[in-house]
Amino acid sequence: MTLVETATPAEMKSRAQAAQDQLDKHAVETIQWHFHDSTGSPFWLEKKRGLKFDPLKNVKCFADIQKFPLFEDDWLRGGPISRWIPKGLAGKPTYVFETGGTTGIPKSRMVIEDHWTDYENFSATLPDKYFPKGSNWLMLGPSGPRRLRLAVEHLAQHRGGICFCIDLDPRWVVKLIKKGWMEHLEAYKDHCIDQVLSILSAGHDIKCMFTTPKLLEALCTKLEKQGKTFKDTGITGIFSGGTEFTPQFTRFCIEEYFGGSPEESGIYMTPTYGNTLMGLACSKPVGAADGYKITYYAPQPRAVIEVVDFDDPLKVVPYGDSGRVKLTTLTKELFVPGFLERDEGEREQPYAKYPWDGISGVKPWRGIAATTTVGVY
Amino acid sequence: MLNLPVLRWGKPYDSLDKDTVTHFATGEPIAKVSQANRGLIERDMRSAHKAREILRAIPVADLISRIKKAADLYESATLPMGDGQQSPEDFARQQSSSTGLPEHMCRMNMPKNSFVLRNIDKILDCLTRGLDLNILTKGYGVESRGVTVSYQAQAPVLCAVLPSNSPGVHTLWLPAIPLQLGLVLKPGPQEPWTPYRMHAAFTAAGIPGEVWSIFPGGPEAGAAVLATASRAMIFGGTATVEQYKGNPRVQAHGPGFSKILIGDDEVDNWEKHLDLMCESIYINSGRGCINCSGIWASRHTNEIATAIADRLGPIEVKPPTDPQAGLAAFTIPGQAKAVWGMIETDLKESGVTDLTSKYGPRLVEAERCAYIRPTIVHCDTPEAAIAKKEYMFPFSTVVKCPQGEMLAKIGPTLVGTIITSDEKFKAECTEATHIDRLNLGPLPTTRLNWLQPHEGNIIDFLFRNRALQTA
Repeated sequence: MTLVETATPAEMKSRAQAAQDQLDKHAVETIQWHFHDSTGSPFWLEKKRGLKFDPLKNVKCFADIQKFPLFEDDWLRGGPISRWIPKGLAGKPTYVFETGGTTGIPKSRMVIEDHWTDYENFSATLPDKYFPKGSNWLMLGPSGPRRLRLAVEHLAQHRGGICFCIDLDPRWVVKLIKKGWMEHLEAYKDHCIDQVLSILSAGHDIKCMFTTPKLLEALCTKLEKQGKTFKDTGITGIFSGGTEFTPQFTRFCIEEYFGGSPEESGIYMTPTYGNTLMGLACSKPVGAADGYKITYYAPQPRAVIEVVDFDDPLKVVPYGDSGRVKLTTLTKELFVPGFLERDEGEREQPYAKYPWDGISGVKPWRGIAATTTVGVY
Repeated sequence: MLNLPVLRWGKPYDSLDKDTVTHFATGEPIAKVSQANRGLIERDMRSAHKAREILRAIPVADLISRIKKAADLYESATLPMGDGQQSPEDFARQQSSSTGLPEHMCRMNMPKNSFVLRNIDKILDCLTRGLDLNILTKGYGVESRGVTVSYQAQAPVLCAVLPSNSPGVHTLWLPAIPLQLGLVLKPGPQEPWTPYRMHAAFTAAGIPGEVWSIFPGGPEAGAAVLATASRAMIFGGTATVEQYKGNPRVQAHGPGFSKILIGDDEVDNWEKHLDLMCESIYINSGRGCINCSGIWASRHTNEIATAIADRLGPIEVKPPTDPQAGLAAFTIPGQAKAVWGMIETDLKESGVTDLTSKYGPRLVEAERCAYIRPTIVHCDTPEAAIAKKEYMFPFSTVVKCPQGEMLAKIGPTLVGTIITSDEKFKAECTEATHIDRLNLGPLPTTRLNWLQPHEGNIIDFLFRNRALQTA
């Protein structure tokens, strides 16, 4: 696959060291920001009082962040949301994005410009050949209080395009699944896909799209029922995400829905792994040569993913071993030390373009896999 | 270790997503099974009509003779199995090691399937009530009595979402091919063996391989099969049956709650029927929906329960390779313990007695699996919660209930064996719509006559008898 970047071992060593140096420096700056009385958020300044160390003095590199207790996701439930706003950013227009929330109080994350920054950085990883600058986008995914719609729209605008959006309420989808109303689920999916087909037929010159694996599958199925193929939509670049984005799914799309590799079909699909706390982890280009393996790399230094021992979250597993995803977010808007995600995967070696640890085989963490509803949209 | 591909209209497809089938007791991997993704299933289902076209081009009589040949091959031949081969002995061993059923039971179940194949002409003759099968091919025709009839296929293929724990259910989908409908099977994760072996036997017997698809996978694969099928069978629990109730596209097979009702005129002779009661509860480790889970009588119920408990209670767990093994393992971690927990809760109710407890603990836990030894519970009243329960091991209640109240209180019953000479009671049972298969007289619930329909006639499910006139 021509899109895969390579480096000699010596180059890799040098790139990895540079990345580590940058991460250490960024970690220290982030801690200074969040724990200084003049710039920190009420939440962290309050927490600081209960710590057994002084973050301003004792965090000298990324590894020192392990001194913090693990981040508890319940801290994100309930208000006031303003306790998360760093004093240094007070007064700026602020968003709140939510995760979960099908029942009970959702987790809320305060955002000012992080979603723009995350997606601008992600934009730089997209190949212009398949995601042409200036072309229009279609956003087919969860909207409402999620950040995705605004983020994808910003991505389109950042690349000089306009984003068309289809509404999708994942909380209703989860309810339909839990109630076993599968016919309603199919009807809701059809309702979304019908809107996509209308937009795509309206001459808006849409060449790029965000969607989820399930909705992409539904779109391709509907197109094929009409005797068409995905190629007929004119879309050449797809950005997608979710734990159900598996090597088999990717291979099936490439071989059967798209009609071959990007070079053959002119269609390129890039998987991503991300959420409201992390931003977007990019994938190494995926193709037949390496069995469609999907390996993600966190957007360092703004966020770091570690694959840690299932029983000891302070211990990173050896390369190739399975472990739970531990996230650390280090932006000026949000500091999240050691948050244990509900996903697991295998630790992967650094890649030339992203010279830090990656993760492959991401799937729901075994501790909740049997009880959670994943990949609902 | 074997590798079993997805079969896409007969063509093997090696998926990147694989499930490992392991030995229930040792954890040793036995096979890697390619998993079908939803899009793949939906895509392939759009070509389902081709399967029917291929089969309609072959006269039914030819299909039947090939299927009879397949019966012998299934039972006796060494056949391709994924990237390897499988002898009948291998089949029994592999099925046992993944499902937890003792090997000799797996071996014993093979002739049931081949019997159905070998007698498929007689079975279809009975199920169609003597219809000339060429009428099904053409869609209409004139019967020997000079009447024009039309049977319109409601689907090009029969789909089935199969269970892991009951190898007996495979007989239900076998008639599809001679009816010139293709087959789309989603095997149970622990029992891929029968669908693949049957496909190999059919193919070797000259049935075109491309009329089959086998889509192993998780719940999503099952959902995709059901969503795209015009006619499908699914096997599951009460919740599954409820979910598909009233859906004409889906025939849901759930728990059987099969029972033996002893009439007042026969109950004093209960000892005469002890063998059939024990067989109904215990055979095939009590796993089937046709196994008896309730014996109802107006008197002597304590003696009946005690006698059955004395017979079945002492049965011990034996290794699956032991020809005397009578108990199948629960292979899903925690399942046996949870089941036993539910039983213990019900046993706390007044008037409910476990008559097998004197033969030692029922729950037997091993390192990777567990067993529950036969459990016979007496209920003083049909109102006891446990009187309506069914479990996948040799379990039965013996319920004291006046004959006049039985039919109102037994609830849904897949197989009802009615032991009585009381014509009025027989007539009431014949009219009872909540009894599916009715055995009049002392027949074990587990002895099925394959010439009879099971949970609805498959002909009625797959074909519509509609009006057709010719000028």
